[in-house]
Amino acid sequence: MNRLFSPLASSLSRRRFVQGLAVGGVLATIPAALLARESAQTALGSAPVLSGTDIHLEIGQSLVNFTGVTRMATTINGSIPAPTLRLREGDDVTIRVTNRLSVPTSIHWHGILLPFEMDGVPGISFKGIAPGETFVYRFKLRQSGTYWYHSHSGFQEMTGMYGALIIEPRSGERHEADQDFVVQLSDWTDEDPMHVFSKLKVQGDTFNFNQPTFFDFTRDVSDKGLKAALSKRQMWNQMRMNPTDLADLSTATLTYLMNGTAPAGNWTGVFKKGERLRLRFINAASNSFYDVRIPGLKLTVVQADGQDVEPVSVDEFRFGPGETYDVLVRPDDEACTIFAQSMDRTGYARGTLATRQGLSAPVPTLDPVEWLTMQDMMGAMNHEGMGHDASMEGMDHSNMNMEKMDHSKMDHSQMDHSQMHGGMVMDHSMHGMQQGSQNPLAKPSTSVNHARTEYGPSVDARVDTPRTNLDDPGIGLRDLAEKGLRPVGHKVLTLADLQSLDGVLDDHRVPEKELELHLTGNMERYSWSFDGLEFGRSTPVSLKHGQRVRIILQNDTMMTHPMHLHGMWSELETDQGELRVRRHTIPVQPAQRISFLTTPHDLGRWAWHCHLLFHMDAGMFREVVVS
Amino acid sequence: MIRNVLIKLALMAPGMVFVLANAAYAQMDQMQMQDEAPSDARDPHAYSDGFTLTDGPYALPGPRQLKLADEHRFWAVIGDRLEYQEESESTVFDVQAWYGTTYNRLVVKTEGDIVNGTLEESSTDVLWSRAFNAYFDTQLGARVDTYDEGEDRQWLALGFQGLAPYWFEVDVTAYLGDDGRTALSAEAEYELLFTQRLILQPRMEINLLGKDDPENGLGSGLTNMSVGLRLRYEFSRQFAPYIGVEWTGAFGDTADYLQAQGENKSTTQVLAGLKFWF
Repeated sequence: MNRLFSPLASSLSRRRFVQGLAVGGVLATIPAALLARESAQTALGSAPVLSGTDIHLEIGQSLVNFTGVTRMATTINGSIPAPTLRLREGDDVTIRVTNRLSVPTSIHWHGILLPFEMDGVPGISFKGIAPGETFVYRFKLRQSGTYWYHSHSGFQEMTGMYGALIIEPRSGERHEADQDFVVQLSDWTDEDPMHVFSKLKVQGDTFNFNQPTFFDFTRDVSDKGLKAALSKRQMWNQMRMNPTDLADLSTATLTYLMNGTAPAGNWTGVFKKGERLRLRFINAASNSFYDVRIPGLKLTVVQADGQDVEPVSVDEFRFGPGETYDVLVRPDDEACTIFAQSMDRTGYARGTLATRQGLSAPVPTLDPVEWLTMQDMMGAMNHEGMGHDASMEGMDHSNMNMEKMDHSKMDHSQMDHSQMHGGMVMDHSMHGMQQGSQNPLAKPSTSVNHARTEYGPSVDARVDTPRTNLDDPGIGLRDLAEKGLRPVGHKVLTLADLQSLDGVLDDHRVPEKELELHLTGNMERYSWSFDGLEFGRSTPVSLKHGQRVRIILQNDTMMTHPMHLHGMWSELETDQGELRVRRHTIPVQPAQRISFLTTPHDLGRWAWHCHLLFHMDAGMFREVVVS
Repeated sequence: MIRNVLIKLALMAPGMVFVLANAAYAQMDQMQMQDEAPSDARDPHAYSDGFTLTDGPYALPGPRQLKLADEHRFWAVIGDRLEYQEESESTVFDVQAWYGTTYNRLVVKTEGDIVNGTLEESSTDVLWSRAFNAYFDTQLGARVDTYDEGEDRQWLALGFQGLAPYWFEVDVTAYLGDDGRTALSAEAEYELLFTQRLILQPRMEINLLGKDDPENGLGSGLTNMSVGLRLRYEFSRQFAPYIGVEWTGAFGDTADYLQAQGENKSTTQVLAGLKFWF
C-alpha cells in the first residue's frame, strides 16, 4: 500500500521537491566505522579533494535529506558528490575501492582510456565488487582533462555515487585560470529508483505534467482557428506520440542538484573581482539534460569531454548525462547565477558565483514548455511550416507515406527538395560509387537502413528522412531571441561549434568499414533499445584492434540520447565526412543521423549505452568486443 | 436533460464502437503490414562476427551476469473503476493485474457488482498477453462468469488490448463457451485533460451474445451497453477519486427478460469512485 500512497504524500510537498532544502545533503554515514572518521555532516558543495597516485574509496550508505525527507543514499567516502579526484597525466594510479554495502558495487571511470578489466562494468569488464571486498584498480593515465566516475551497478549512481575526476595535463593547463571550480549537476529522487522505473512500465507519462490539455486546444482554436488547432494535433494524436515528451522524469519526483546542493541551498563559488574562473561542468544526472547559462556572462568553452576544443564563446549550452564542458568566465558583478534548467522545463539546478558567501543574483524564470516539432519527429522536414494549416496538411500526407514508404523505393520526384535540409538525404549524386575515384567510405552513407528487428512491438517509430545537420541547439533552445526568451544575439552551443584543437584528433585515415545502428524505443511500453533489440536479445558489436571504423547512429525516437562508448573515443564528423571533435559521450537528437569514427586501441569487452540511466537499464545498451 | 443526452449518446454508441473496433482492426492490419520488415532490412546481428554476450573473446566465464530491466519481470495492479452506483446501490469493481516482461504477461481482469454484500455477478479473465505490435497486445485465455442467481459460465477468450490512434484505449475480446455459445465484449476509453490533474474519461462498453442464455436473463445479439462519463482528480497519477454518470441499457431479449422481472431496461446512474494503480 505504501506503493500506492507514497506519491500522494509527495505531491503535497512538491515545493520541497522543486526548491529542495537550503541546508540539505549528507547527514550521517553508515556504518559507524565511517561515522567515527567523518564529521556527521559533510560540508555542502565542496566534495573533499583526493590526489596523488594511491587512493582509497569506501562505498557505504549515508542518510541524506534534500527535500525535507530523510533517505538513504549510496555514497563514496560519505559525500555527495563523491570526493573530487585530482590526478596527473602520465601517473600510474592505484585506486582501492572497498564495498561496505550489502550488495555488489562497482566504479566506472567515465571517459578514461584504460585496460578493459579496469573499466568497472560488472558483467562485462569484471565481476563487480562483492560486499566486504576491496577491488584494486590500477591504470596509467594516458590523457588529461575533466572527467567523472560513478557506479555502474543498478541505480547506485542515481542514489549518490558520482564524483569528479580531474587529470592535470603534464605540460600544464593550456588556459590559465585564477580559480578552478567543479560544477557537477545531478538529480535526486526520494523514491527507490527501481520503483520509479516500474511506474514508467505501467504508465510512460507518469511524470509528465505538461501534457496538452483541452484548454490548450480551445486557446489554439480562438487564436488560430479550428482547422489549425486540429491540424497541429492531428499527427501527434494519430501516431500516439506526446509532443511534450521531453524527459521521462521531472520535478514530480526529482530535485535538481548543483554540487550536491538543492536550488534553495545555493551552492556558491567565491571569487575575487577580476579573476578568470575555469568552471568544469559535469552532468552527473541520472536522467536529466540541463540547459546551462550564467546571465550576463559569456561562456568560453575550451574543453568538451575532457578534450581541448577551439575556444568558442557562447551564452548557453545544453548537455546530457555523461557529458562535460570546461568553460572560462570572468565575472564583473559581485554575484551571478549559474542557472541550469532541465530540458523539460520543470525545474532547475542553481548556484552562484559571488565575491563572498551569502550573495545571490536574480534567478531567471523557467522557459515555457515547447512542443516537439516535425523536425524532431520526422527529421529532414522544413519546420518553418509548422502549425500553418496548408503545410501541415502536406505533412500529414507525407507522414502517411513515411510510415509505409520503403526509402529505396521512394519517389523522389514527389518530394519538394527545397524542404529538405541541404538536400543531404536525397542527394544521391553526391553519394557512393558515383563519385568515381573517391573512396566511398570518405563520407558517411545517407541511405537509411532499418534493422529487421525495428519492425515489431519494441519500436514505436522509424525515421526515413533523418536530418544530419549538427547546428541545431535542440528543442526549447531554437530561435530564443525571436521568441523573446533571450536577448538578440544569444548564442547557444551546438555540436557544429565544437572543433577539437590541432593534434587532438590524431587518426585521419578513411574508415575501413561503416556500421549503422539505430536508437529505438517504445514510450508506451517503456522499452529502449538499439535496432529494436534490448540488451538481453542483442549480440556484441565486434571491432578489430587498431581498425578505423565509422559508426552511424540514427535516432528513430523523439528523445535526445547521450550515447557513451567506453574504452575508445567517439570522433564526431559532419555529414560530409569532416572530422570535428573528440567525445566520449555524443548526444543524438530526435530524428538525427550522426556519425563518428573510432579506432579501438584497447582489447576487451566494452559497454556502449545511452547515459540516461533509465534508457540504459531498459536495454539501450550494447557490448563492444575489440579483438 | 442529461438523461436525454445520454440516451442519444447511447443510441449512437453501438455504431461508434463498431467503427472504433473496425478502425482498430484496420490499424492493426495496416501496422502489421508496416511491421513486416522489408526483405532487404538490415540484420541486427551483422556486426557481431558470430560472438554473443557469453561467447567470444574476453567474455567473462560462467553464465551471463549482466541483466537489465528488459529481462526483468514487473507487475502492476490497475483499478480502473472501483465505484458506488447510486441508483442500483451497487459497488462495481473493474480491476486488472499483470505480471511479466515487456512483451509477455499474465493478465487477470476482473469486474463485477456487489449489492448488499452479495457478489451479484462477476466476470474474470485470465489471459496470456503477448505484444503484437507497438501498441497492441493479443490476449488468449479463459473467462469465468459467476451469477448469484443463474448459472456460471466458462469461456475460452481471444482478444486484443491496446492504444488505438487518437489515444483510444481499446479492449475487445471474443469468447467461445459450452454448447456453441459465443460472446463478444468491447470497451473503449478516452482521456480528456482539462488540466494536468482534472481529467474527463468517456467510456463505452458493449456486450454481444451468439445464443440466448435464459438462465442468466440474457438474449442473443446486443445484450447491453453502457456509456459513462467520469471526472477524476489525480492527486497523483496513481490515486484519483472521481464522480460520474453512466447510462446502461439492455437490448433485444435481454431487455424483455428484465422487463418481465419488472425491472427497467435502462438505467442512468450517478456514481463516485476511485481510480488507482500500484
